[in-house]
Amino acid sequence: MADIVVKTEDVVKEYRMGSNVLRALDGINIEINRGEYISLMGPSGSGKSTLFNMIGALDRPTEGRVYIDGQNMSQLSQRQIAAFRCHRVGYIFQSYNLLHVRSAHGNVTLPMIFAGIPEKERDEKAEKLLDMVGLGDRIYHLPDELSGGQRQRVAIARALANDPSIILADEPTANLDTITGREIIDLIKRLNKEQGVTVISATHDLKMLDVSDRIVDIRDGLVERIRNRDEIEIEVGEVGGE
Amino acid sequence: MNQRAPIEEQIDLPFVESLRISFQSLKIRFGRSIITTAGITLGIAFLVSVWTNNEINLALQESGRQSQINTFEETTQQGISTKDIWLIIMSLIVCVVGIANSMLMAVTERFREIGTMKCLGALDGFVVRLFLLESGFQGFSGALIGALLGTLGAIILGLKDYGLDLFFYFPLLPAQPEEGAMQLGVIVVILLGCVLGMILAVIGSSFPAWRAAKLPPAEAMRTEV
Ligand SMILES: Nc1ncnc2c1ncn2[C@@H]1O[C@H](COP(=O)(O)OP(=O)(O)OP(=O)(O)O)[C@@H](O)[C@H]1O
Ligand SMILES: [Mg+2]
Repeated sequence: MADIVVKTEDVVKEYRMGSNVLRALDGINIEINRGEYISLMGPSGSGKSTLFNMIGALDRPTEGRVYIDGQNMSQLSQRQIAAFRCHRVGYIFQSYNLLHVRSAHGNVTLPMIFAGIPEKERDEKAEKLLDMVGLGDRIYHLPDELSGGQRQRVAIARALANDPSIILADEPTANLDTITGREIIDLIKRLNKEQGVTVISATHDLKMLDVSDRIVDIRDGLVERIRNRDEIEIEVGEVGGE
Repeated sequence: MNQRAPIEEQIDLPFVESLRISFQSLKIRFGRSIITTAGITLGIAFLVSVWTNNEINLALQESGRQSQINTFEETTQQGISTKDIWLIIMSLIVCVVGIANSMLMAVTERFREIGTMKCLGALDGFVVRLFLLESGFQGFSGALIGALLGTLGAIILGLKDYGLDLFFYFPLLPAQPEEGAMQLGVIVVILLGCVLGMILAVIGSSFPAWRAAKLPPAEAMRTEV
């Protein structure tokens, strides 16, 4: 039997703005296996980021349940949710979301500080991670002193700080040029392959297609279809010229 | 569905670690911190100068009456005039609004940072403690400088009005004249100014920080300033 990491049951998210109610997610049911690379695709406004926030416990669903590792997320205490964010998930955002007052090193060590890891150990780990993402020579630079691609690498190193089992990436390549985007995708794919991290990524980026195990198409807050890798390859051939 | 280890409880951060993070943050944001602190300094300087000036007037009018040096015309009134009370209340309002505003601005532009820290595993309490420490430090240093500047201002004004007599009758300590209002003395005014500045800064910062920390991270990170 497949080992399911993430499962959503009829997840609904409504945003209330005055008297208007916007139904951003309209009953999402998906199951994601451990070690999978999943891409959430869909037009702008379809609800990808909203789903990303539900899975990552960054917001609460209006209705429905999200299970991670078999745990119903709505039953967790504040402290458990904080620990969940700290240990189980690594978040990567389109706009990097680095703390601009902390160096690359300071950003990578922060989740480890929250996890209570001793200073010496976290310094070593931060150096190792920054080395791995190719920033070994820029460890103490502030985010403002780094290029977009370099910032995203810091974000990836930070996401890996506490050895999460899931990486959640919301359009990680949207602000990057094609080549840098490709490098970031390869880096995430490598983590997925070598360390067995489950990757869930919202994206518009067609380059993401050929590294994905499955693609979930989202439209108007619903899962439109789920495609497997073998169904994708043909389509990738078609867009290969891009 | 396979169960992994159950999700544990997040630990509290040692105080020293919070202190370190808050000082790093103040240091790197130095320019911005100075502007926020200057907001506190100005508010307190204004309040303390008006207040001290009032204390000086009271003390010297008192002395003028006692020593029969009729430096002051018949219009001299005992105690605080309505105009002075009004001035003090006005300066208090300016001070409260000014400090609350500069703290609120400083926190609002950091909503995204708060959301991000929560993504990395920060507890709400940690976020509030961070802002408490930062604003407490800014509040104290800003208010102290402000109180000293305000006193200096009032002394300069006093010298203009009373000349060197000011130093003979300088109301440094609290005094209760036989008749008339209790005089707090300049030291107490400075102390009150410092305490007030610090309290206002801490409340003005922790309250919005607490509200932001309560928000789901997704919402906190949406705010663009
Ligand atoms: N905090 C919010 N308040 C109100 N409406 C929101 C909020 N967040 C999202 N929405 C709305 O929910 C819908 C889904 O938004 P979402 O950000 O999930 O889209 P998306 O698929 O990630 O789009 P994009 O590809 O542009 O990032 C949109 O119509 C959006 O306007
Ligand atoms: Mg989005």
